Amino acid sequence: MSIAATQKRGFGAVLWDYLTTVDHKKIAHLYLFGGGLFFLIGGIEAMLIRIQLIKPDNDFLSAGLYNEMITMHGTTMIFLAAMPLIFAIMNAVLPLQIGARDVAFPFLNSLGFWLFMFGGILLNCSWFLGGAPDAGWTGYAPLSTTSPGHGVDFYVMGLQIAGAGTLIGGINFLVTVVNMRAPGMTYMRMPLFTWASFIASVLILFAFPALTVGLFLLMFDRMFGTAFFDVSLGGNTIIWEHLFWIFGHPEVYILILPLFGVFSDVFSTFAKKRLFGYTAMVFATMLIAFLGFMVWAHHMFTVGLGPVANSIFSIATMAIAVPTGIKIFNWLATLWGGNITINSTMLWSLAFIPSFTIGGMTGVMVATVAADYQYHDSYFVVAHFHYVIVGGTIFGIFAALHYWWPKMFGRILNEKLGKLTFWTFFIGFHLTFFIQHFLGLMGMPRRYWVFHSGDHLDTGNLISTIGAFLMAFAVIVFVINAIVSARGEKAPADPWDGRTLEWATASPPAHYNFKQTPLVRGLDPLWVEKAEGKAEMTPAEPLGDIHMPNNSFLPFLFSLGLFVAGFGFIYQTDNKAWLAVLIGGMAFSLAMMVIRSMKDDLGHHITKEELEREAD
Amino acid sequence: MSHDHSLNPETMPHDPEKATLEGKNKFIGFWFFLGGETVLFASLFGTYLALHNSTAGGPSGQDLFGLELVFVMTVLLLTSSLTSVYAIYHMKNNDFKKMALWFVITIILGFGFVGCEIYEFTHYITEYGFSFRSSAFGSAFYALLGFHGGHVTFGLFWAIVLLIRNAKRGLNLYNAPKFYIWSLYWHFIDVVWVFIFTVVYLMGKVG
Amino acid sequence: MTENTGSKLDSFQKKKNKEEMQQQLISFALMIVFTILAFVVVITGMDKMIAIPILITLAVVQVGFQFYYFMHMKHEGHEMAAVMIYGGVWAALLTLAGLTVITWW
Repeated sequence: MSIAATQKRGFGAVLWDYLTTVDHKKIAHLYLFGGGLFFLIGGIEAMLIRIQLIKPDNDFLSAGLYNEMITMHGTTMIFLAAMPLIFAIMNAVLPLQIGARDVAFPFLNSLGFWLFMFGGILLNCSWFLGGAPDAGWTGYAPLSTTSPGHGVDFYVMGLQIAGAGTLIGGINFLVTVVNMRAPGMTYMRMPLFTWASFIASVLILFAFPALTVGLFLLMFDRMFGTAFFDVSLGGNTIIWEHLFWIFGHPEVYILILPLFGVFSDVFSTFAKKRLFGYTAMVFATMLIAFLGFMVWAHHMFTVGLGPVANSIFSIATMAIAVPTGIKIFNWLATLWGGNITINSTMLWSLAFIPSFTIGGMTGVMVATVAADYQYHDSYFVVAHFHYVIVGGTIFGIFAALHYWWPKMFGRILNEKLGKLTFWTFFIGFHLTFFIQHFLGLMGMPRRYWVFHSGDHLDTGNLISTIGAFLMAFAVIVFVINAIVSARGEKAPADPWDGRTLEWATASPPAHYNFKQTPLVRGLDPLWVEKAEGKAEMTPAEPLGDIHMPNNSFLPFLFSLGLFVAGFGFIYQTDNKAWLAVLIGGMAFSLAMMVIRSMKDDLGHHITKEELEREAD
Repeated sequence: MSHDHSLNPETMPHDPEKATLEGKNKFIGFWFFLGGETVLFASLFGTYLALHNSTAGGPSGQDLFGLELVFVMTVLLLTSSLTSVYAIYHMKNNDFKKMALWFVITIILGFGFVGCEIYEFTHYITEYGFSFRSSAFGSAFYALLGFHGGHVTFGLFWAIVLLIRNAKRGLNLYNAPKFYIWSLYWHFIDVVWVFIFTVVYLMGKVG
Repeated sequence: MTENTGSKLDSFQKKKNKEEMQQQLISFALMIVFTILAFVVVITGMDKMIAIPILITLAVVQVGFQFYYFMHMKHEGHEMAAVMIYGGVWAALLTLAGLTVITWW
């Protein structure tokens, strides 16, 4: 199915195709579209926050609306923008990198996307239905249990549904890596992006259940009158903080590790060198993941856990700097003496190293317990986590999009616009957040809706807001670039003289990815073949029938059922008649499950003859 | 390459649940899912342990728990674990009828367990007025037990759907993995129960 | 798709299945014994400091039987499964430690 054939079909047919698709490459498009949409919404929220803080005693937003804005900005960016954008890249690239025809569970892959999408829509419906959640993205009890209105209810239900989708996606990638690798693709020959995605998926598997339980407890306290966080009945609010951060801290490593993988692949491609210290990189990634699970309480130093617990978590946190440092030096060593090409992808990747390192250093600063009592809940912390999440994750997503855009859409992004995006975003980013370190040290607390004119915070905040406008401009340029490039330069199969398997197939690949499964003969498999003067991979099998999964509309319907049930949960506290909606939605989803179970889905075959005809 | 997956003694592989790629994927994916479920239940156990003394003047575990019923429930669930092992034993020997029979026995034992649990909860509510709104202890107790009981109930309906769907066509390489992962799920539920009767009931009685 | 090279259900395989079934029966008997032991420990009113470690040990051993015998984790091809279960157990222990040791009031 070539791109030309897709364009000839009507809009309805294309829409139906995307609603029912189980093809990982199309699901990647869906994740990119969904995540991109929420990224824009979260960005608008960020702009409104910065406009409110442009001058002292501003009244652009009311205090309540400001609380909703910061809550939704954080929640949207983490759960509905960064995560799905990472999933978009994983879906687009990971199966190709290991030489697979599809993911292990194509049906579940689609289900994971639709759960995320409906969860995100549910959460954002709150804007139009009496107010968004306003208890901060961390939703600390008792603020979240006592917040009036339905805002926090939308937070609970939206994240519960989206979180289920993420967990399903994580398991899918784990099994894909374990079972679907091409012949010869041993674990220690996998590209770093695949490795990092695999390890991030392990973190998803173990971190998200804690969030599920936390949200469940919060939901029951708010909707059904339980007393988990109700101190008057013996409840304990610290439980929420623990559960949230047992999930939340691994979550930030879920957000960064796949991008570490992206940078590793990008550096070795554009330096024309093998990645320096491949084995060390793999084990450093594992070590980060392992340690990342044991540091959650460093978000809770000021809760009063006592000096022993605080010290243990402080030391564990600082220890993470070691494997991260290993990675930074390995990237530098990969670049050292390489034949370096500088383009948009490389600019994002090179800019990542110093930006992220600043975030890492402030990370060690806030990990120091005594000092953290000063930094806690100040703009210093805001600056720290934006340096790691924007300087790491967002830079990484931009690098990955420029790098793999040809593979995803068959077109190369415009280089001039790409560089304009990069420079305005890079300057805007540092302008916005570097000054916030000092605002924090001067005592500006986080989450306050105004500062006063006598506080000497005016200039710093003005600079910060100007930077934010530059970033917004950069994002608009990127969107224009994506639209313009749809008619731009057609991409060859291997536009960057790549090293890994995704460049060994067409751009974009046929829906079966590889006509014949490739035989992997070493690390950087395509480069191994190129070094021997061959243009393409050696096939591992003769040309034969290809087994592919069937499309299905059930994932969409199943998620829709939960979406409807979500409203039932939220509004049954006002009127018990909504219980009917709740039960109806759940029953509908359950019925979809039964249909899935009852109807055999054996997939279909593409015959050898069809494959041969397509080659002409 | 045919689509006919049905089995006879001539075509029966050692591990029918892992004979196809789809089967292998289901098998390993379900194990991974159970790894995640471990954390899910640990979070609930942790919540329970943090709140089990927060009775807010209401009944405590020592007042409520009767060990006789818990012992019966434990034996029911443990035995159902064994009967599901028998079912898988017959699956490996490609004897669908015996497999189905042992599945039915497992389901009956499972319903016995759920019945006991419903009796237990109604007893607490009617005799002691102990509900999930009574105290933080009540909330945590019903959350943990409810999650487990919900898993059992879901598993029972899952097994019934599997049996109905495959009653006529018997065992093949398409449904063997489905039966197999159901048995994994069932054993995992038993694992959780072992910790529930130890941590909640027995340790609750010891104090 | 039905690859059946040398993997037919022969008498050897049937015998192996049977032997395994016997092992599983023995583990079931042991599990019942452990369960009764655990209940006896509580009924005799043993001191809490001794009783609780015994109860937890009995539970862990029982769960080991479930995983290794009933769920066949001792068999080949369960390496990744074991990695993820132990990973889950590790995360579970951390969660339990967090919620019991450093949650107070």
